[in-house]
Amino acid sequence: MSVRPAEFGSHGLNAGALRADARRESLGLLGLCSPGLALVGIIIVLPIGWLFWLSLFDESGQLSGANYARFVEQASYIRTFITTFEVAFLVTGLCGLIGYPLAYMLSQLPRRAASICLIFVVLPFWTSVLVRTYAWLVILQRKGLVNTWLIDLGLISQPLPLAHNFAGVIIGMTHIMLPFLVLPLYASMKTIDADYLRAAMNLGAPPTATFWQVFFPLSLPGLAAGVVIVFILCLGFFVTPALMGGGKVIMWAMRMEQTTSLYSNWGAGSALGVVLLAVTLGLLGLFRWLLGARAANVWGAR
Amino acid sequence: MSIARSAPPINIRGIAKRFGSVPVLSDLDLDVASGEFLTLLGPSGSGKTTLLMILAGFVRANAGSIDIGGEEVITKPPHKRNIGMVFQNYALFPHMNVFHNIAFPLKQRRTSAAETAERVERVLDLVQLQGLADRRVDQLSGGQRQRVALARAIVFEPRIVLMDEPLSALDKGLREHMQIELRSLHRRLGMTTVYVTHDQREAITMSDRIAVMNKGRIEQLDQPETLYARPRTKFVAGFIGESNFIPVECRDGSVWYAGKKVHTASPSPPSGRHLLVVRPERVRLAVDAGLVADARPGANANILDATVRDIVYQGDSFICYANLADGQQIALRDYCRSDVLARLPVAGQPVRLRVDAEDAILVADET
Repeated sequence: MSVRPAEFGSHGLNAGALRADARRESLGLLGLCSPGLALVGIIIVLPIGWLFWLSLFDESGQLSGANYARFVEQASYIRTFITTFEVAFLVTGLCGLIGYPLAYMLSQLPRRAASICLIFVVLPFWTSVLVRTYAWLVILQRKGLVNTWLIDLGLISQPLPLAHNFAGVIIGMTHIMLPFLVLPLYASMKTIDADYLRAAMNLGAPPTATFWQVFFPLSLPGLAAGVVIVFILCLGFFVTPALMGGGKVIMWAMRMEQTTSLYSNWGAGSALGVVLLAVTLGLLGLFRWLLGARAANVWGAR
Repeated sequence: MSIARSAPPINIRGIAKRFGSVPVLSDLDLDVASGEFLTLLGPSGSGKTTLLMILAGFVRANAGSIDIGGEEVITKPPHKRNIGMVFQNYALFPHMNVFHNIAFPLKQRRTSAAETAERVERVLDLVQLQGLADRRVDQLSGGQRQRVALARAIVFEPRIVLMDEPLSALDKGLREHMQIELRSLHRRLGMTTVYVTHDQREAITMSDRIAVMNKGRIEQLDQPETLYARPRTKFVAGFIGESNFIPVECRDGSVWYAGKKVHTASPSPPSGRHLLVVRPERVRLAVDAGLVADARPGANANILDATVRDIVYQGDSFICYANLADGQQIALRDYCRSDVLARLPVAGQPVRLRVDAEDAILVADET
């Protein structure tokens, strides 16, 4: 061929006009995106940058790393950090244990029954977190529903300590986080073709083997999505631990609230926020990396 | 590997299935001979897939019996039936590679690792997928997935193999290639096979016998040649191949059309209105000189006067649409041989058509 690659296309018929047209199109797209980009800049990038900036100044207004040094120096900070992760792990684990069978049941029900049951999952989701937390307080407190019944039935003589402590925080948060796990998990279970299960049974797998060898692995992407959402929401949760913990369980977000509204130390509060953000992003990255190998197998096939 | 030694017959008796109040299968009997390739052919909603699902054990029938080699299986769960199945969408497990997909049935049967490896290797050889054991399912082409699905269905040497439109997702060329391949694989392994399709050409190409299903019943069960040449009902004639339906009158044991006696191969029918089924390629242009077909009427030939309406050229063949004297439409197909092309009539030209008695079949007019 006599046409050299360099010439090919760059001097052809209307090449200049077509290039200009392509440029115009990209500029137009950028123009259409700009309101969205501006919004993201103003309500996300700018405040976070400001937060980061604030965290670099100590109480006297001097540029210093004192706000970050506190995390290693003060035992209470480290305790808060550990408590936060304890709660997040426990709540995520419990949500998984309760949510997986629930989502599985929903996915196997006939369409009408499933949509009715879904309402019971979604309805609390629409109710205010505050209302639900107070409801739990009423149910779990010393003279609450649970303790009264258990004492009346003669199962216990002393009321169980269910509210205003660690157990209360876990119960309340698990209830509030459950839909965040069930909904993505249910959605992913619904996409598992019944033919996979039929094929497994046809090939000689009894129901339990079919579940563990075929259904469960295929539902892992949905479970992972739900777990990540619940875990990250737990890390920054405020209302329920504040009310159910009775001041005994201090989580990260509560510490933030204390430093800013009680001690008016904006620098220290900002530093807490920055650390939480960094840890959350780091965990998300870790999840992605860990799931990467499996996800390529499971997600790639869809 | 050989399955033939143990391939059992299947005897299906009185199968009935309703979905809600809608009957899908009604009192269906079917016998599949040992090692036979039998196709269930029918339009969607005819119940063919439901019957297959009942055979595999995924759908519970309301009544009936399935006897496989002398053993009643109607209440057995699917994983105890030992029946291989190829699904329409293949249903290959996306989280396993080719090897683990094919090894899955062996794993359920607690086969040793060494034997599993050997049998997977052998079956991959059989379906010509050597060296693809480590591939992920999503890295395979449609034809390769089809072969993996087939390999997985036969690796545990099941007594019976069911196939639910396994070729419908492939493009035309590959589909025709796989039809031949499946057929020869069946000849080599000799497993009793029940195949479901709505593609009549596919059914004719592959099957030992075809059961044409309509509205939950088997309309006709015959070898492909018999089914094509001697359809027993209007539905079968219309579903398999193309057909001309000419309304005729039966009186005194003879068949009459437009005041003329029609010679047919069918035994004397009861009086009343019937339909004459004639395949387009069995209608011939009659020319008096006798070059294309003899135009003289006789005991074995019906001659019909017609007017050509249109001729459609299709490369290897042509279709001639003509109107009979009373306006009844009739289609004729022939190959484009030079002697035929030289005498091809044009639209509006009167012609004579010849239909031999053995190509004229009577069926009941069911409307």
